[in-house]
Amino acid sequence: MKKWLILIPLWILFLPDAWAETPEEKGLRLAIEMDHRNEGWVSQEADMRMILRNKQGQESIREIRSRTLEVPGDGDKGLSIFDTPADVKGTAFLSYTHATRPDDQWLYLPALKRVKRIASANKSGPFMGSEFAYEDLTSQEVAKYTYKWLRDEPIEGRDCYTVERYPAYENSGYTRQIAWVDKDMYQPLKIEFYDRKNALLKTLTFRDYKQYLEKYWRADVMDMINHQTGKSTRLLWSNYQFKTGLSDRDFDRNSLKRAR
Amino acid sequence: MRIARRGIRPRSAALVLVCSLLQAPAGANSTPWSGTLGVEARLFASSPRDPRQHDHNLSVFLEPEFYREWSGGRDSFTFVPFLRLDQHDDERSHGDIRELTWLRAAREWELRVGVRKVFWVINQTDLVENIDQEDKLGQPMVNLALIRNWGTVDLFLLPGFRERTFPGPEGRLRTPIPVDTDRPVYESSRGNDRVDAAIRWSQVLGDWDVGVSHFSGTSREPRLLPALGAQGTPVLIPRYDVIDQTGLDVQATKGNWLWKLEALRRSGQGDSYTAAVGGFEYTFYGIGGTARDLGVLLEYHADDRGVDAATPFQNDLFVGGRLTLNDTQSTELLAGAIVDLDGDGQFYNLEASRRLGERFVASIELRAFVDVPPSAPSFGLARDDYAQMEIAYHF
Repeated sequence: MKKWLILIPLWILFLPDAWAETPEEKGLRLAIEMDHRNEGWVSQEADMRMILRNKQGQESIREIRSRTLEVPGDGDKGLSIFDTPADVKGTAFLSYTHATRPDDQWLYLPALKRVKRIASANKSGPFMGSEFAYEDLTSQEVAKYTYKWLRDEPIEGRDCYTVERYPAYENSGYTRQIAWVDKDMYQPLKIEFYDRKNALLKTLTFRDYKQYLEKYWRADVMDMINHQTGKSTRLLWSNYQFKTGLSDRDFDRNSLKRAR
Repeated sequence: MRIARRGIRPRSAALVLVCSLLQAPAGANSTPWSGTLGVEARLFASSPRDPRQHDHNLSVFLEPEFYREWSGGRDSFTFVPFLRLDQHDDERSHGDIRELTWLRAAREWELRVGVRKVFWVINQTDLVENIDQEDKLGQPMVNLALIRNWGTVDLFLLPGFRERTFPGPEGRLRTPIPVDTDRPVYESSRGNDRVDAAIRWSQVLGDWDVGVSHFSGTSREPRLLPALGAQGTPVLIPRYDVIDQTGLDVQATKGNWLWKLEALRRSGQGDSYTAAVGGFEYTFYGIGGTARDLGVLLEYHADDRGVDAATPFQNDLFVGGRLTLNDTQSTELLAGAIVDLDGDGQFYNLEASRRLGERFVASIELRAFVDVPPSAPSFGLARDDYAQMEIAYHF
């Protein structure tokens, strides 16, 4: 959201006192700063291991390779390739995410050898039967939410900004989210998700952040707990690589067809 | 047992050898082999029309896949043989090479050489597998895709025609008079050696995915002509005409709606005709506050040959529902009915599948053919209501 980046500091200059910002202004400023600090990684590849756990503690594993292309001024492009479970091996998912208008999504089904455009209105639907919804995993653009700073509050000894955000896009499963953003990294340590009835639905905890290219923080572990069903999903990320030479051509329907 | 790919067996044997050689430097963490092994059982509700047919059938299939890539993924090689052994039907016991392809991808083009399946008209139907015609025989081809800002153009050169498979006398789900696949008739003087060609342009225009294609060559869909078999018994023999076919496919994706239109104009097989199918799928996401999705489908099939068309889908309405549980086991259920609006009967279909553990998938198929008059093209199926259960192991 380059436009905001230019406008906001100018606008702040004209305020009688830049520090007299409202909680909403502060929330937005923090979101812009988070976005700004995560700019310029160009492209990224990583392996994801998803561990689904039901109420009884039974586990089920999914392995996905993910490739992402940073798109300045819009949401990122993503390509996910499924390795397990074995029956979906070779299935690939292409998405062009957008800030407020619906994402474009295609699925390649190896059994049919066919690329299928799929509806993107299912933002609140579960991804691969996990506790992560599609909207939890797509790129976090500033314009996707409106914001309100609540307070400063430490988590596990780390100073955080506690910011509430409200989805500005259609078909969200949430009324609001509360994020605890680490003051050093400008990355979330915890996010609480409140459902359409405004009841606490899920908590996402980020662990083991590592810094790449001396700038970009990525968590190795993401734990999502569903308080209403007792189910949980753990994402384990590994083999992060940046600026790997990926281009738009690696995120089109042709590359989706041959993704393996 | 019949090897469906006639005439290119020695070459494929040589390539099998190449594959096993390629296998040697397997990657550190993954084998180049994966695949599916399955067992299928079919139970028929009624006794057969022909005493040679059976009330139930068992069958096993194996579809391994070998995949290797090199030069940073720009080159790849895929080999997918397929083998089915059927309890009763010698024609359904068959092998095929579904895929044997070398792929080279560059920035502005992709070249594929070998045997492949692409989803539209250029692959022959492996009809013995399933009457839904979704199973296809591998087609030898050279396919060059040109990738430009204004869309992708796929050029296909298709040497080596594949004959459609048909159930044998002991198989169910066939025409009342069996098809004799040993005596095909070709319009082309070159028979099954005619080199066919096709071109397709496709592009994404916002919410719209659009494709326009043209095919020129031997029709994959034969006409079935009555003839006398070796012992003077009546048989049907397939006749493959040379056709020209132009097609259009459009999908609009708007919120919860998917709108679809597929239309074709074909000449060379009797009078020129137009056929089309159009419809929508509307999905209710997260029904009743659960993770479940329910899709409602409506499709209309038209063919301007009317009731003279060899296809059962000349003026038919499909109504269906798709339930996706979005659970860990990926449970899915599709139920629907095709109603012939000219009174040629109804077709009811239910398909469901669910993963068991990490490597097994169980699926069922229930199909019924109701009120099909003897004059209808699908009359051969009128007594063949069936239930199918399949367990597939994925490795």
